[in-house]
Amino acid sequence: MRVEQIAVFLENKSGRLAEIAAVLAANKVNIRALSVADTADFGILRLIVDKVDAAKKALKENGFTVGKTNVVAVEVPDHCGGLAGVLKIIEAAGLNVEYMYAFVNKSGENAVLIFRFDDMDKAIATLQKANITILSGEQVCSL
Amino acid sequence: MNRIRVAEIETLPRAGMEAIQLRRLQLLVARVYERVRPYREKMDRAGIKPSDIRSLEDLRKLPFTTKDDLRDNYPFGLFTMPLEQVVRVHASSGTTGKPTVVGYSAEDINTWAEVMARCLAMGGVTSGDMVQNAYGYGLFTGGLGAHYGAERLGATVIPVSGGNTKRQITIMRDFGSTVLLSTPSYALNLADAMADVGVTLDQLKLRVGIHGAEPWSLNMREEVERKLGIRALDIYGLSEVIGPGVAMECPQSERGMHVLEDNFLPEIIDPNTFEPLPPGELGELVFTTLTKEAFPLIRYRTKDLSRIYKEQCPCGRTLVRMEKVTGRTDDMLIIRGVNVFPSQIEHVLMGIEGVEPHYQIEVRREGNLDTMHVLVEVSEQVFHDEVKILEAMARRIQAEIKDLLGVTCSVKLVEPRTIKRSEGKAQRVIDYRKI
Repeated sequence: MRVEQIAVFLENKSGRLAEIAAVLAANKVNIRALSVADTADFGILRLIVDKVDAAKKALKENGFTVGKTNVVAVEVPDHCGGLAGVLKIIEAAGLNVEYMYAFVNKSGENAVLIFRFDDMDKAIATLQKANITILSGEQVCSL
Repeated sequence: MNRIRVAEIETLPRAGMEAIQLRRLQLLVARVYERVRPYREKMDRAGIKPSDIRSLEDLRKLPFTTKDDLRDNYPFGLFTMPLEQVVRVHASSGTTGKPTVVGYSAEDINTWAEVMARCLAMGGVTSGDMVQNAYGYGLFTGGLGAHYGAERLGATVIPVSGGNTKRQITIMRDFGSTVLLSTPSYALNLADAMADVGVTLDQLKLRVGIHGAEPWSLNMREEVERKLGIRALDIYGLSEVIGPGVAMECPQSERGMHVLEDNFLPEIIDPNTFEPLPPGELGELVFTTLTKEAFPLIRYRTKDLSRIYKEQCPCGRTLVRMEKVTGRTDDMLIIRGVNVFPSQIEHVLMGIEGVEPHYQIEVRREGNLDTMHVLVEVSEQVFHDEVKILEAMARRIQAEIKDLLGVTCSVKLVEPRTIKRSEGKAQRVIDYRKI
């Protein structure tokens, strides 16, 4: 029920993002979704990729600090209120979202929301109870 | 403008001064040998007895004292008297977690006030002056040391301490301050902030500034003099020796500061061979305190680089002069008047789990203030995918450095291996200040 995400520490220097993209390309890693959190001094790049371990190894070998975290991927219909509906359930359960990002799948019918919660177990149980579709890692990558 | 407070001492012919120094040195050595075990043990190891000190030349037979000795005997191990007779302690930051502690007897406080009063008089300060003392009060010796000296002289002291710049300027105008005691960078800071408060030079009565506790260049002196419309003079001191009041520049001297050598016997040594160097040669400044009771020092290595000149000054004083300190023999930094050793930063970082010992300190002068930036590499152990956790770690490092050193720095997290690894000694400090 959880999806592995890799996170990379980025200094605010030009060309760092391009280097990461090049390393992943050279290792035939496909990026499914990404987001960058930035502060004045540094950024954190979060990636959902098809080959998690290969991506992590390649980035580490190239001198990046890489971490692996679990996130939850939720599929909702791509129409108005899709995100609002999920967030309402989360709020009602008293869960905190640490961060989230989203992408639309290739068919364009559904949107995929990637969440990191303060309490992941409770979040998954809450979403399941509300009959929200939770995707596995393979499902996210095969969309 | 340049009054000699104790003319019979300050204009004494050399032979007379040396006779006083020798007598005081002999008493000092006998006293520390009898009362302070670490000194006795060192002298025994060197095969020296107090009776071997027969001339000033014999000073060189005595072992040096270093900051390590102070740390090894932390906090009170080098005091010559029981704590009941010690009336005050001050402290400055040591090279690692432990501060350097110094103690004063009632007579030491008296001596200190007197040497500081002599320095102020040398700078032209009189009992008619309004002295704004913007050195920090507290464990740092600057504030209280300058305060007691100005009071001893009979001047009116405004104990405003450091900071609160706008209020300082208002006080300077409203109280009619004639003398400013502060670090040179703070003097510039005050000058630049005057416009913000709407105070102009013609509203001030400021006449003299006496500035020390950090290195400053001749250019900086000109800037202070121009912007504040004053004569800016240099003062030297360090807490181990007594605090401010060790040496002071008179307005006529073009060769540095007069050392109050009836109290503080200076030497210049080669920092590598430890051999004494002749006058005029650059080396490490070493002091022996001749009159302190509670915490005297024998041949204390200051790590400050300077020269000693013996030519008589046009002011009439025969006291030797020391050149403005031009550098250090170690890696100590002075940030806004506070001594900072890179090893202290390392000490903080090593205390935080997962933080790697790869760091670099960048020092800049932004406006008139020194700023310190600590670059820390983010290892996999401390990396987190949430911004708030990384920011909390940076804040924790910042708070712990502030706790230990009393200096606010910024902490910048950087990617691993971005701090250049050098062969041999790591380059821990990049100092961008052009002093």
